[in-house]
Amino acid sequence: MNMIATITLFVTVGLIFIIGLLVSRTSSTNHSFLEDYYLGGRRLGGFVLAMTMTATYGSASSFIGGPGVAYNEGLGWVLLSITQVATGYFTLMILGKRFALMAKKYKAITMVDFLKERYQSKWVVLLSSFSIIIFLFSAMAAQWIGGGRLIESITGLSYHSALFIFVLTVIIYVTFGGFRAVTLTDSIQGSIMLIGTIILLVSIIISGGGISSIMTDLQSENPNLITPYGADGSLSPQYVSSFWILVGVGVIALPQIVIRAMSYQNTKAFHRALIIGTLVVGIIMLNMHLIGVFARPILPGIEVADTVIPLIALEVLPAWLAGIVLAAPLAAIMSTVDSLLLLVSSTIVKDIYINYIEPEASRKKVRTLSMTITALLGIIVYLIAVNPPDLIIWLNLYTIGGLEAAFLWPVVMGIYWDKGTKQGAIAAIITGFTSYILLQAFYPNPFGMHAVVSSLAISLIAYIGASKLSQSATL
Amino acid sequence: MKDKNPFQIANREAMIGIILVVFNFIWWFAFAYGLGDKSPEDYQFIFGFPAWFFYSCIVGVFVMAILVLVTVKFLFKDVSLDEKEFDQT
Repeated sequence: MNMIATITLFVTVGLIFIIGLLVSRTSSTNHSFLEDYYLGGRRLGGFVLAMTMTATYGSASSFIGGPGVAYNEGLGWVLLSITQVATGYFTLMILGKRFALMAKKYKAITMVDFLKERYQSKWVVLLSSFSIIIFLFSAMAAQWIGGGRLIESITGLSYHSALFIFVLTVIIYVTFGGFRAVTLTDSIQGSIMLIGTIILLVSIIISGGGISSIMTDLQSENPNLITPYGADGSLSPQYVSSFWILVGVGVIALPQIVIRAMSYQNTKAFHRALIIGTLVVGIIMLNMHLIGVFARPILPGIEVADTVIPLIALEVLPAWLAGIVLAAPLAAIMSTVDSLLLLVSSTIVKDIYINYIEPEASRKKVRTLSMTITALLGIIVYLIAVNPPDLIIWLNLYTIGGLEAAFLWPVVMGIYWDKGTKQGAIAAIITGFTSYILLQAFYPNPFGMHAVVSSLAISLIAYIGASKLSQSATL
Repeated sequence: MKDKNPFQIANREAMIGIILVVFNFIWWFAFAYGLGDKSPEDYQFIFGFPAWFFYSCIVGVFVMAILVLVTVKFLFKDVSLDEKEFDQT
């Protein structure tokens, strides 16, 4: 148990949350409750937008799992992870102004809203809601576990009590704060992440005796650690390159990213977000994964990869500073969880309940319902996370790929190809979703690449094919 | 700034996004596997990092950040999101 680190950690996290709640209370708007609670009234500024994108995406996989794998694989894994720098500009540029205009015209609050108005189909709504709930549930469980692990290794509490503290904080915060509170804390958390990873990286380099000596240590332990091919030489160029699709380009289709691309105030904010986002994502990803690699000569023999970051921080930093710096990954996990929780809740309340069960529900009822569902969901995920699998990164990547395979084409083609039809969207969602699950289960690396690449190809063919067929049928 | 329909501006900016990501990929791939595909004893080191890693990952991030800055400043246009009337064609 590290008392001082524990105290500074919780104080930092507590302060972030109090600020978020206070600020979100004082800013009242005359938008509808739903638009406010789930979308912050479409009034995000540039800095907040960039940071909320970064914080949402820079989740447990990049802060806990990723550096853990980098610890084992060496620089090859940093090379793989740096593909995420594309998320900083590509997602926003592609969804871009056209998406924001359409979303505003449709009055869309969720990604499903957008798909509903674009394709005018009940089946698209039900299918996409269903996939979002399934996949984001497992993503949330992965994040919950990451948060629990982190608190466990800093404080020395048992995993279960750590998880409980984590979940309780998140549920209370999200339930009462909504999207605006979440995005505001995201910007504080994003800043902590940025500064925290820089402090940590510099301290590690100093205690490892400089970059050259760390590299020499790595090279003498296993020369493969400083090649692009991973510790046992198994990271092939085509496999690593396919991560451009999985964690770089394909991120466009993640619902938590999509809704952020419709929540900015004006195009000035959008432009600033592009510039800030690229730099911040790039630096954070580079730093975090390098920290994982550099930790190896300093603290050899860590067995549970997920504990690399907390252990190395406690090793090289004074305890009080370690607590503050570790608030960064905890912050990242919390903000990812916050937004996933809101997203699943909005899918249930807005996309299913209001669309099909009670369209004329009163503001008060919607409010109570949104908050109840949000809290309830949090509790269910907690129950799943109580008995967790070991390496959270794989679970998380599984989710990301599944959502991308299902939604990439319905969203992107829905924006840019006027001839796309609801049949196309349905075909793309079903083929993308099922082919990804089947490939992952039976043949995970077709052509030496991640399964998401093949699933996206299949789903694109299905989208175009079904759209063309349904057009000629209606003519 | 209102010389073009916002949808045309948006299409052009999406194309810029695609060009940037293709460039980013080529930069990343060429340096990583161009300089990294030999025995580690033969590596050159820059600031302590193997040369392939330094150019592909570290310089790559800053090159992209600068390119994004330049394209956004000079090629991206402000568009009103409040416009009531715009046609999609």
